[in-house]
Amino acid sequence: MIGLSSYLVLAALVFSIGLFGVLTRRNAVGILLGIELMLNAVNINLVAFARFHGDLTGVIFTLFTISITVAEVAVGLAIVIAIFRVRRTVEADRLDLLRG
Amino acid sequence: MISNLGLTLLVPVTPFAAFLLLAIVGPLRRTGRGAGLLSITAITISFAAALIVWTQGFVGERTWGWIPADGGPIATVGVLVDPLSNAMLVLVTLVSLLVQIYSLAYLSDERPASLGRYYTYQSLFVFSMLGLVLAPGFLQMFVFWELVGLCSYLLIGFWYERPAAARAAVKAFWITKLGDVGFIIGIVLLWAATGTFEFTELFEKAQAVSGLPLIMFLIYLGAVGKSAQFPLHVWLPDAMEGPTPVSALIHAATMVTAGVFMVTRAEPLFALVPEVLTLIAWVGAFTALLAATMACVEGDIKRVLAYSTVSQLGYMMAAAGAGAAQAGFLHLLTHGLFKALLFLAAGAVIHAVGTNDVFRMGGLFRAMPQTGIVFIVGTLALAGVPPLAGFFSKEAVLGGVWEAHLTGPFLMLALTALLTAFYMFRVVFIAFFGRAFAAGHPHEAPWLMRGPLWLLAALTVAVGLRLAVGGSEHEAPGWLVPLSLALAFAGFALAWAMYQRGLVDPATFSTALAPFDFLARRRYGIDALYGVLYRALVLGFARLIGWIDRYLVDGVLNVLSALTLRAGSGLRGIQSGRAQDYVYGVAFGVLLLIVWAQLWR
Repeated sequence: MIGLSSYLVLAALVFSIGLFGVLTRRNAVGILLGIELMLNAVNINLVAFARFHGDLTGVIFTLFTISITVAEVAVGLAIVIAIFRVRRTVEADRLDLLRG
Repeated sequence: MISNLGLTLLVPVTPFAAFLLLAIVGPLRRTGRGAGLLSITAITISFAAALIVWTQGFVGERTWGWIPADGGPIATVGVLVDPLSNAMLVLVTLVSLLVQIYSLAYLSDERPASLGRYYTYQSLFVFSMLGLVLAPGFLQMFVFWELVGLCSYLLIGFWYERPAAARAAVKAFWITKLGDVGFIIGIVLLWAATGTFEFTELFEKAQAVSGLPLIMFLIYLGAVGKSAQFPLHVWLPDAMEGPTPVSALIHAATMVTAGVFMVTRAEPLFALVPEVLTLIAWVGAFTALLAATMACVEGDIKRVLAYSTVSQLGYMMAAAGAGAAQAGFLHLLTHGLFKALLFLAAGAVIHAVGTNDVFRMGGLFRAMPQTGIVFIVGTLALAGVPPLAGFFSKEAVLGGVWEAHLTGPFLMLALTALLTAFYMFRVVFIAFFGRAFAAGHPHEAPWLMRGPLWLLAALTVAVGLRLAVGGSEHEAPGWLVPLSLALAFAGFALAWAMYQRGLVDPATFSTALAPFDFLARRRYGIDALYGVLYRALVLGFARLIGWIDRYLVDGVLNVLSALTLRAGSGLRGIQSGRAQDYVYGVAFGVLLLIVWAQLWR
């Protein structure tokens, strides 16, 4: 029987990988992927708690999260494409118009 | 009593109404002549009221509380009507009326807007002067005192485009303010000691005041500034930069006599401090002599009259100082008439020949006999020839000074009488007789200007005759009349010999009196001294303040802003503009929070 802590460790790992991706990827699409991983780590947590507490609220909440994530990716990718059109690049290091 | 009061109040209120109307209604002011006519109408009403008040001999006092405070008002405003103020009311309104009529012709070349401005100032001046005359207490007197000073400033600087006029206006303002500082300090000290500004109350309470000599000296300083006594006389000759009618009204007949009027009004107070009175007499006599010597070497006709005014003010002050304030006041009234006459006549001459320099005039009597006659009438009155007005008042002054056993001032005043006749006939002979220098064709002034001249000349004669018939009340020694007549004649004869007959060359005369000539032509260095002091003290202080402002006040702020700039540019490196750097920051921060939460739970 796999205990709750195993799910939490998995979720923490996925979250850390996602954060690592967000921080280190130079491509904006890669950063979006990292964000997706972080969100899914949250989903794992929610589902795991729902399962172990016998409460369906977490599962339902996860469904909402997934659908909102889809919308977020759609908007995010649209922004990336818009940036690409203007700047001819999606490399995060070079998107520094707000530099002081 | 109510109707009397209403009539008395009408005197200052009508010019004030005219002033308000002209000041507020711009289009009316810009009509120029319309504004003049309005102002003249107001002053005519005022003059008529003053005449009734004077002939009926109203006497009374009415005051209203002003600055409210616990235990009754601190100060009052109101009117104090007595023979002194009645006579002054008539003089002020009469001369103002004539001057305003005269100005209509004299300033006819002005732009309408300027003319309107002129009449606005004139109305304000008349109101202020009347308020001063009617003041029942020192505080109201001081308020109007400053108002007439303001009007004087505005009217001297009427042609403010001319640097000389603007400078003269500022100079007049500055110098009189020097005296006014003393005046207000004296008033406040007196108030602190007695708790009132009212003349009638002060006269009762003043005996008990300690330090009264100092207080009265400070109050006297105000009169020194306003009435152009030595050493604050320097502003009056420069004030001639203003239009000639202004000189006639403000700087001869009315405002400059405010100091004498104040001393006369407060005579019971001054009588308590004989040492200050003696000082007043000496300073007055010295001023009279000093100004007369400067008038003898002056070439500008208006400046001669200005020095003459200073000199005659010295006479009045000397009389007040000798305890003969009534004689001084009589001289004030007669002098107001004939000096206004002389100034207006000089204005007619200047209008005709276009210069102030007497040496560029000459033979004008043939071209403008009417002006010549009235000028000579004024000159005779000023020189003290009977039966003209000046003779009797000058007699009264000299008699009063002699009675007070002030031998020094008496001698100075007697010498001044000689010089007065000399410098006035000098102008008469140079400008009106002798060779015709004047370029162009000088012509008689328009009737608007001649009318006031004739009226003033007639009044000078009439007042003289009235005084001759009425007789003088004071007992002067019998030799006084022959002496002063002899002095006047000597002055006349000297001028005649020098400038008409050429028996004595003025050049040899001035070399004989070289030191005096040298000093008088340089105004005894007093103006230069003021210039040096002004530059050293006032400008030096201004420069010091400027340095402090620039380097200390501004400096602190500059350092602060420089520090802010430095800090900002140092910190701008943090803002890389890359989203990932900010995420690093957030992640690091969250990490720190977690660690902190774990450690300090």
